[in-house]
This record gives sequence, structure tokens and C-alpha cells, in this order.
Amino acid sequence: MKKYLFLILLTLIGLYVFAAPLKVAFIYVGPVGDDGWTYAQNLGRLYVQNYFGDKIQTTYIESVPTANAVNVLKQLALNGYNVIYTTSFSYMDQTAEVAKLFPNVIFENCSGYLTGPNMAVYFGRIEEAEYLTGLIAGSMTKTDKIGYVAAFPTPEVIRGINAFALGVQSVNPKATVQVVWVNDWYNPPNEKEAALSLISAGCDVIKSETDSPAPLQAAESKGVYCIGYNTDQSSYAPKTFLTASVFNWGTYYKDDIQAILDGKWKTHNFWGGLDSGVVGLAPMSNLVPPQVQNLVNAMENAIKTHSFNPFSGPIYDQSGKLMIPAGQSLSDQDLLSMNWFVKGVIGSISK
Amino acid sequence: MNDIVISTFAGAIRAGTPLLFATLGEILAERSGVLNLGLEGMMLMGAFTGFSISYITGNLWLAVLAAILVGGLMASLHAFMSITLRINQVVSGLALVFLGQGLSGFWGNAYVGMQANSFQNLKIPLLGDIPYIGPIVFNRDILVYIGYISVPVIWWFLYKTTAGMNLRAVGEAPDAADARGINVILTRYLYTIIGGFFSGLAGAYISLAYTPMWVQNMTAGRGWIAVALVIFAIWDPVIALIGAYAFGGISVLQFSFQILQVPIPVNIMNMFPYIFTVFVMLFASSNRIKKLFGAPSALGVPYSREEKT
Repeated sequence: MKKYLFLILLTLIGLYVFAAPLKVAFIYVGPVGDDGWTYAQNLGRLYVQNYFGDKIQTTYIESVPTANAVNVLKQLALNGYNVIYTTSFSYMDQTAEVAKLFPNVIFENCSGYLTGPNMAVYFGRIEEAEYLTGLIAGSMTKTDKIGYVAAFPTPEVIRGINAFALGVQSVNPKATVQVVWVNDWYNPPNEKEAALSLISAGCDVIKSETDSPAPLQAAESKGVYCIGYNTDQSSYAPKTFLTASVFNWGTYYKDDIQAILDGKWKTHNFWGGLDSGVVGLAPMSNLVPPQVQNLVNAMENAIKTHSFNPFSGPIYDQSGKLMIPAGQSLSDQDLLSMNWFVKGVIGSISK
Repeated sequence: MNDIVISTFAGAIRAGTPLLFATLGEILAERSGVLNLGLEGMMLMGAFTGFSISYITGNLWLAVLAAILVGGLMASLHAFMSITLRINQVVSGLALVFLGQGLSGFWGNAYVGMQANSFQNLKIPLLGDIPYIGPIVFNRDILVYIGYISVPVIWWFLYKTTAGMNLRAVGEAPDAADARGINVILTRYLYTIIGGFFSGLAGAYISLAYTPMWVQNMTAGRGWIAVALVIFAIWDPVIALIGAYAFGGISVLQFSFQILQVPIPVNIMNMFPYIFTVFVMLFASSNRIKKLFGAPSALGVPYSREEKT
């Protein structure tokens, strides 16, 4: 009898362990309340929590300083978290370091490049969405001057600006894209001032790439069109918002966690574009005329089906030098190290 | 070109106004001998409180009043710790920063992405039509005007009234002030809390007029710049006005220069406020430096009748 009890107990424990939810942790570089990058990441977390219900249990730690990341990651692994997403490039090295210590935990870093047996990386080709927003900006401008509020001159940001400018120029070769660096990812008052400076210089469409909705507020207050970034920020500029290029991190997290639950997870280097759904456009507002919306939808389809690549030649740099001849396009390697502006961009990259 | 010039100067005032409020408040607190490094925390709480009350009630003035009171409440905590308990003022001030960041972030999450009433520009008749000066100075929101007015008021108070003289006496020579029958402890409490009022107002300006929204840590270090500005201003409200608009101007100029393609090392310009912040520590620690720059002699020194220093 005792033997049976023991077996039943063992089965129960086994069932419990088997049915215990997958514990998933997210580390954020900023506050969830930034309404930008981290906010978009957290929307992804909420999406998978809602989608998988009891099967997973998620948590997050926000505003983790890079210097603290190793301790935070170790603590999470020790607390039994099975999957840990570190959602900023700045955590890549720390993630790799801790991943070696916990081979049974899956680590994934957003926008990095280091992988390992239990460490993967993932990112979105936001520049594909930026190209589409460029089509809209180029069609909507009347002064042929478009302002771009940018954070720091990293290859990722430069790629986005270039794709945007290529979109602008493809519909409006006379239009220029004036770039202003805020030199901060997140500083709402300064982001607003940068946008206001661009507007006073005659720009009538403002594209923001920084993390807060402040540039959109600036555009709204001056009555010029604006295009957002990260998430649909239309509520900040109800009268002038055109669209936004957005990250749908939930799409990626859903597929990734499904693979983990199915036991099919393998390390990977995911870099998804419009076709994967990780990046996309916020709904275009009524201000965008139907023919422009049709063009954008057609180009979106062409990019999704890989019949068109925004970075296909001929592409010239700011000085008019041919960088990519017709018939060729930039490789991923070139894109990852991009440090020059295409024709039509006004602004400089400090090196 | 004209537009850029006007926009830059207008931007300097816009960016300078929250600095001005916080600096004026800190001047009063430091004049009484209390160093409060917690401006950033008080501003964040002011910004959060102002926005949330405006969102809930729709009443802007109630929102501003609430922000001011919350700033004062935070400051009274610092006053209790540094005046009554005589804890190190630097430590207590830093605690206030973290408290404000944490609480405003925690409570504020519910308000991210919300829209609330905000202050609009109010053009002053006639004055607002003067070329250049009109749009820069006299077509602003009402809080900016309050900023203009508070400078001469505080100057007059500090240098022309008995209460102002008593305040300065408490910061310069608390023993002597005490001997003359001035209540040192009460005076310090009062002006530390009034300093908090101003920081709360500075925060409300950011969330209700400058960038009307709530996002976490939206003051982005402006409290620290104000701490630095107090020294730049050598504890004088009029120089504080010049300094606040100048520092505000730097943050706007960096963008105008980029558009006009003027090569200026922006990073160096952005560094200035923080260099001043380093000086704060020197002032709080050395009597000789205090004398050299005209800082209140008793700045950062807790007062006690029993332990004469």
C-alpha cells in the first residue's frame, strides 16, 4: 500500500512539474511608461501572456542599468526562469556571459549579434517600415522639406533614416530630409525642441525616431504633419498624425515561446521584416489620400513578397557618389555597419 | 532664418522656465542653510501630480496647486530628516530623488498615453505685437509669465524685507540669528518647504505646458541642472533668471546649430551644467570655497543650540 502511495505521490509531483508554467522574464532598458521602445516591448510581453494564458508566467524588470545586468540575469536564472529576453543591444555581452553559466536557461538578446547554444538574437527590419513612411512623407510635403528627429548616429538609426529618405525621394525627388540629432534616446523636452527647430526651418512633415511622443506634440502644436515610431502614438497628435513605423514584438515572442513549449527551439539569429509581422505600419490616418494609401499598400506587398528591396541600386550618397549600382543591393553586412547618408539627407554623422 | 532666430530665443525661455522655478526655490532653501539635492525627485512628483489631477478633474489651476503642495510635502520630508534629525543633507536629498522617481513612475503608469488639459499661449495685447520681442517674450503660457514675475518679487523679498534679511541671517550665521530671537529651525523648515513648492511648480510646467503628457522620468535630469544653476547664480534670483534662460538656450541652440550647419561640439555644451553640479559638492564641503564664491556660510550644516560649530 505504501508503495502505491509513493507512486501516486511521484506521479503527482511529476504532473505538477510538467504542468508548471514556463517562466519567462524580460529585462527592459527604460521605464515601461516611456511610451516608446520599452513600452512597445512590454506590449509584446502582455500579448504573449494573454495568448498563452496559464501555460506561461511572465515578469519584467525595467530600467536595468547595464552595469547591473549580470546580477539581475543571474538572479532571474536562479529563481527558475526558463526563458530570459534582454531587450536592448547594451545587454548583449552580459547576456552571453550569464548564458554560459546557465546552459539550461534560454537567453535571447534583442538587436545583438552574439549567439550560443542557449542564446539567440532577434531584431526587426524597421527600415522596411521606414521606407513606407518615407513614401507618405514625400507625398504629403508641400515645402519639400521634411524633418527627422533622430537619437544617436548608430547603424540602426542611420539605416532607418536612409530607408525613409529613399522612400521620400522615390515619390518626390526634390524633397530633402533634414536630420537633427537629439543625442539622447529619451529626453522629452529636448525631443520637442529638436522638432520645433525643424519646423521653424520650414519642415512641414516631422518624422520622429526618438522614444517619447514629444516630437509629435510639437508638430501638432504647429499644425504640421507627423509620423511616429515604436508604437501607434496617434493620440498625441489627433489632427496631424499620418502613421508610425511600429514594432510588433508580440508576433515574434509568440512564435518563439511556442517553439520552446513544443521543444523545437533552436538557437537563431532572427531579423524579421514586414513579411514576418514584427515590424509594420500603424493604421494610416484619414489625412493620407487614398491614392497614397494604395501606393503604400502596394509597396508593402512588394517588400513582403521580396519582389522589391528598398536598398536596391542605384543608390547615391550625399555627395552624389554612386554607392550601389543598378541591379545590386546592399547586403545585410553592409546594412549592419551603415555609416553614410543617401542623397537627399541633410545632416552629418559625427564619427 | 528669422523664424529660426525667433524660435531659438523662444525655445530658450521655454526650456529655461522649469529650470528657473526650481532654481529660485533652491536659492531660498540654500539661503536658509539647507542644501536640497532632491529637486529632480520633487519635480517628477510635481509633474506626475499636475498631470494626473488635470486628467482627473480637468482643472488646470487645481492641478498646479496640487503639484506645488506635493513638492512642498516632499521637501518637508527632507526638512525633517536634515533639520530635525540632522542627517547628512546630501544623502537625504539623494534619497528624495530616488523616492520621487520611484513613486511617480509607479503611480504614473496608469496615465501613460492619456491626454489632459494643458496651458495654452496667452498673447499680451500690444506688447505681444512688438517685432521679435513680442513672439519671444509676450506670447507665452501663463506659467512663463509667473516665472518673469517671481524673479523681482523674490529679489525684493530677499534684499528689501525684514523677513528676507532674517532668512539670509539664518543661512549665514545661525548662532547670531538665534541670539537675535529668530527661530532658526522654523525658518529653515519654512524655506525648505517653499523651495519644494517651486520644484513642484517646475514639474507641473513640464507636464502641463512644455510637453503636456506624462511619461516616466520626463524631467530627464533638469533637477540636477537647477542645482548647478544655483551656484552659477551665486544665490541671486536675477542672475538665476539669466542663467536659467541661458542654460535653456544651450539645449535649444544645439538643434538650431545643426540645422544651420554650424560645427559646434554639442557634447561639450551639454556638459556645462554637470560641471557646475560637481562644484555643489565642493561648496557643501569646504568653508573656504563657500567664502570665495559667496555661498551661505552655514550651507549644509545642521543647526543645534547645544553643539556650536
